[in-house]
Amino acid sequence: MSPFLFWFFALLMLVFGVAVVVNRNPIASALNLVVSFLGLAALFISLDAFFIGIIQVLVYAGAVMVLFLFIIMLLDLRAERLRKINWVASAGGVAVALALLVQIFYVIGHLTFSKQTFPPLAGSTIDDVHNIGLLLFGNYNLPFQIIGVLVLVATIGAVLLSKREPR
Amino acid sequence: MVTLGHYLIVSGILFVIGFAGVMLRRNLIIIFMSLELMLNAANLSLVAFSRFHLQSGGVPDYNAQVFVFFIITVAAAEVAVGLAIIVALFRARQTTHVEDINTLKF
Repeated sequence: MSPFLFWFFALLMLVFGVAVVVNRNPIASALNLVVSFLGLAALFISLDAFFIGIIQVLVYAGAVMVLFLFIIMLLDLRAERLRKINWVASAGGVAVALALLVQIFYVIGHLTFSKQTFPPLAGSTIDDVHNIGLLLFGNYNLPFQIIGVLVLVATIGAVLLSKREPR
Repeated sequence: MVTLGHYLIVSGILFVIGFAGVMLRRNLIIIFMSLELMLNAANLSLVAFSRFHLQSGGVPDYNAQVFVFFIITVAAAEVAVGLAIIVALFRARQTTHVEDINTLKF
């Protein structure tokens, strides 16, 4: 992938990610999150992970965001009215986040292999869905079935939680 | 050229954005979205490492991509249950603001 496209999608993802955090209106936040996830899917595809990129669009930009927007609509949330901001707590939060950022930069700067470019693939085409499927139903068969049970439990839990209490 | 370090730094910045959202915002739904950002930052670095560490046949290391698949599935299940809890909370208290929910606060 050309460096221009990498920086374009990376900046798209980061700028809209910041917009998610700073927006006061939850609907605007959710729509910014969709764009951020689309940029992330483009980055996945730039890393030759086509299957992951596609399920990123389908699951996150599709299903999860529809769920978020649906809940915001159901709760009828308005843009938050301005509350008194606790400046000490906010400054503390920013300081902790900046400390984390400095640590991440420090660790990545000291990795010896982080300056290397990606090695070329053997073939021009890769069938990653085939390979992921083989791994998923072979080596990772038990985790896969446990995940299935987890999704079933989550479905039943969501139905139970949103059921109205009988009066 | 784009190196592994570039992808890791972008992933780190995305994680910090999500972390700052969890620390600073007081709306439960925005906190939830920030959690999704953090999960996705982890996914990005996993996929970058998968592309970097080629297997013997010259193909990406698919173990990491299976792991990302599991993370996405668990995150979707988590969002469904979490949003159901938020709806139940909103019915009881008519708020999604964390500072209004302080019954258990010491």
